[in-house]
Amino acid sequence: MKMSRIAALLVTALAFLCLTVVFAGFLAPYDVAQQNRKLAFAPPSVIHFADASGRIHLHPSVCALEDRPGAFGEYRENHLNCFPIQYLVRGTPYEVFGVVKSNLHLFGVAPQTKIFLMGTDSYGRDLFSRFLCGGQISLLAGLTATLLSLAVGALLGTLAGYFGGWLDASIMRGAELFLALPWLYFLFAARAFLPLSLSATGAFWLLIAVMSLVGWARPARLIRGVVLSSRERHYVLAARLFGGSDTYIMRRHILPETYSILLTQAVLLIPQYVLAEVTLSFLGLGVAEPTPTWGNMLSTLQKYSVLATYWWMLIPGLLLVPVFCGFVLLANELQPGRKARAA
Amino acid sequence: MWLRTYPRFTASVLLSASACLFSSVGSAQSHSSNEELVISDNPVGHPGGRLVASLRSEPKTLNPITSIDISSREVIAQMTGDLIHINRLSQNTELAIAKSWTVSRDGLQYTLKLRHGLRFSDGHALDVEDVLFSFQVYLDEKVNSPQRDLLIVGGKPITVHQVDSDALVFQLAQPYAAAERLFDSIAILPKHLLDQAYKDGKLAQAWGLGTSPEKVAGLGPFRLKEYVAGQHLTLERNPYYWKADRAKHRLPYLDQITFLFVPNADAEVIRFQAGDTDVLNRLSAEDYSALEKDQTKHAFHVYDAGPSLEYNFLFFNLNSVLPARSEISRKQGWFRQVKFRQAISMALDRDGMVRLVYRGRATPLWTPVTSASSFWIDTAVPHPVRSIDQARKLLEAAGFSWSQSGDLIDSSGSPVRFSILTSASNSQRTQMATMIQQDLREVGISVEVVPLEFRSVVDRIFQSHDYDAALLGLGGGDVDPNSQMNVWLSSGNDHVWDLGENHPATNWEAEIDQLMVKQLSTLEPQARKRLYDRVQEIIAENLPVISLVSPDVLVAAKDQLGNFKPAELDPHTLWNSQELYLSGTAASGQP
Repeated sequence: MKMSRIAALLVTALAFLCLTVVFAGFLAPYDVAQQNRKLAFAPPSVIHFADASGRIHLHPSVCALEDRPGAFGEYRENHLNCFPIQYLVRGTPYEVFGVVKSNLHLFGVAPQTKIFLMGTDSYGRDLFSRFLCGGQISLLAGLTATLLSLAVGALLGTLAGYFGGWLDASIMRGAELFLALPWLYFLFAARAFLPLSLSATGAFWLLIAVMSLVGWARPARLIRGVVLSSRERHYVLAARLFGGSDTYIMRRHILPETYSILLTQAVLLIPQYVLAEVTLSFLGLGVAEPTPTWGNMLSTLQKYSVLATYWWMLIPGLLLVPVFCGFVLLANELQPGRKARAA
Repeated sequence: MWLRTYPRFTASVLLSASACLFSSVGSAQSHSSNEELVISDNPVGHPGGRLVASLRSEPKTLNPITSIDISSREVIAQMTGDLIHINRLSQNTELAIAKSWTVSRDGLQYTLKLRHGLRFSDGHALDVEDVLFSFQVYLDEKVNSPQRDLLIVGGKPITVHQVDSDALVFQLAQPYAAAERLFDSIAILPKHLLDQAYKDGKLAQAWGLGTSPEKVAGLGPFRLKEYVAGQHLTLERNPYYWKADRAKHRLPYLDQITFLFVPNADAEVIRFQAGDTDVLNRLSAEDYSALEKDQTKHAFHVYDAGPSLEYNFLFFNLNSVLPARSEISRKQGWFRQVKFRQAISMALDRDGMVRLVYRGRATPLWTPVTSASSFWIDTAVPHPVRSIDQARKLLEAAGFSWSQSGDLIDSSGSPVRFSILTSASNSQRTQMATMIQQDLREVGISVEVVPLEFRSVVDRIFQSHDYDAALLGLGGGDVDPNSQMNVWLSSGNDHVWDLGENHPATNWEAEIDQLMVKQLSTLEPQARKRLYDRVQEIIAENLPVISLVSPDVLVAAKDQLGNFKPAELDPHTLWNSQELYLSGTAASGQP
């Protein structure tokens, strides 16, 4: 099985993204919850290669920020108080996969100043650290929920389409019920039965469960349609005539027909689920502060004043555009390859 | 969104209870031989033009008897008049449809005289019958009007009877401090339009949004012109309004007021910036900062009208009735300790909240009385500076200690952790809760912030009592202490930390009950203040609610709007709509 060059590039890029997110603790200079209240809405740090006297240094430095008295969120650099960026420094402890514990960070600066590559939010928390760590929950929850809802959708859709009859009727009525459910009220009710404070892990699994539960019905209906048409194809009838079992026919002839639908659904569902987290958090079913997620980082952009005043708050959103485009392009790239193999 | 204590009654700051008072703006005979108009002492403006304002939601009704939502009340306030009115700027009462009032020596009888020659907005003359009808309706249990509660004093409804062709007597069951404030916002209804609906028992259905304009009338500066569902509601000038300016021109100046329905705060700001609306009634500090930069370029101004009556506070669940199998009763072992609550209060960074959440446009609080109530605030209440060391000492004195990892543990060794419930739709409050989370981390307490949809928050606090701690905001409609009776009385409906108490749970709550009841019937303002000061001291010491900050009233208006005087009391901008005028070009954006 050969992959196109672009597909390989995209897979590498997405794998790199996943690695970045996994090792977020090492790459992020600060703790995600650390508030620097005197540096709220600080712009991205300027990295200087020249000192106050104009001499060029290969070792870049960052100058301390001072807030302007009486003006909220307006800062100026103190050029007499600059510190070089240091590499492999000790800082706040973190865990990788919940197993490896460390306090080693890729870069940092002396405690007299701060380095904010993407600026800070309304609490003065480092957006860069939050973006990297936020990906851990968002990406994993988005991917896991997509896989789960597609797996359930594919299984039920195939069974319904292939066997038809009462099985089809009951699965499809079930799917319609799920589509027609007033989810908002259902989630309110669900929230009432759950304990008020959920641990971050509990909230994470709850998020996945809710998103998969909501999301399986639509792909199931789509796949059922494809299976319904393919089971009448001549090559399927031929396979059956030659004594092919139901499992064999489904695996060899029917399921491959649904791959394109599954791929399209997957790339549509991942960004949708990342954003769904915002809505679920609003209802108290998502991940609460101070844990960062891409969803809750984007939700601050809904405020007009933030959009109009602090441009760097847009950076997480802008960075997510190529991430989501990567998923769509990968799906596009994988599709022709599959068709060629089928041919 | 913040909860609002509804009653807007009692206690004027400087009014003597038995004095006979006349309107601060004076009376005059003009326009027709027996028409007693009120003369405004504000600068004379230009007639004409249309003002466009925005409402967050569509009004549900135009019926003053049944309306409860803020949008409906805002529109109805423009269309109706009351006997005695609270001036939103001075916070004092002033005469409106009544031209005088007298109070009997025992404080039980209020005699009000009506102005002569006033007319409803449909031209029909006002008389005593209309006032009697209005109070009959508001006090009728079957009508179930929200105003009825305000008109019950000492457990008995106020009785009203006519003593003259233009005079009425209001009889109270017990002395009630500054009872004249009760009359504010009690709209006088036109009997000729509503009597039939009342007799048929259909008053609740009367004056819906679909009612044709000629069937709706009131004594306010404007009357209904047009309602377009989902888009806007337009009011037009009431040609029979009972106020005039110094040049004896009948008010209001504006020909029309249009309320656009704009669903959220961001859209409101954008439409104001685009010139679609002329005023913004309530701005967040963030939007204020964003608009402040543009104000000279766009010919509008943002105004900081000073501290509001809103107070944000943290409180713990001290209810005795709790959900089954709940862990809360175990945690109440901590919450019930005064030293624990004092330690929490000591650890909170109120100045940080003022700076980060409200961009400096707020005031830190140590009691729920804000500086908007300049007369009632007890300035002797101490304002302890934030101290983590002091907080730790208090916790130690209350029997808490710290584990090796630095977590606070109680005497049984259990880690102290709790959740703070807050409304997800109120970003300021969520932000404050997140700051509290970090503040309390410094004393080893692990806090989880749980932002929930507003209705769920209210249900948990007021119905199921299923929460550990919560962050809420309350704001009285009036500066008077009586507007806070529901919160401080142990039997009060808004006694949030312990609802449904049959008798006060603690000695200090019993003392608050006693003081609040006593101030209610004390007619001398200074004596009332002393009683209310003591209430504030008890609250500051025992901290049933840990007051955090009070935001300023922030509004915006176009430069061309004359006589614009934003007030600390609600409604902040259109409270003097009859005196507002548009200078220069009168035209405004189209809805």
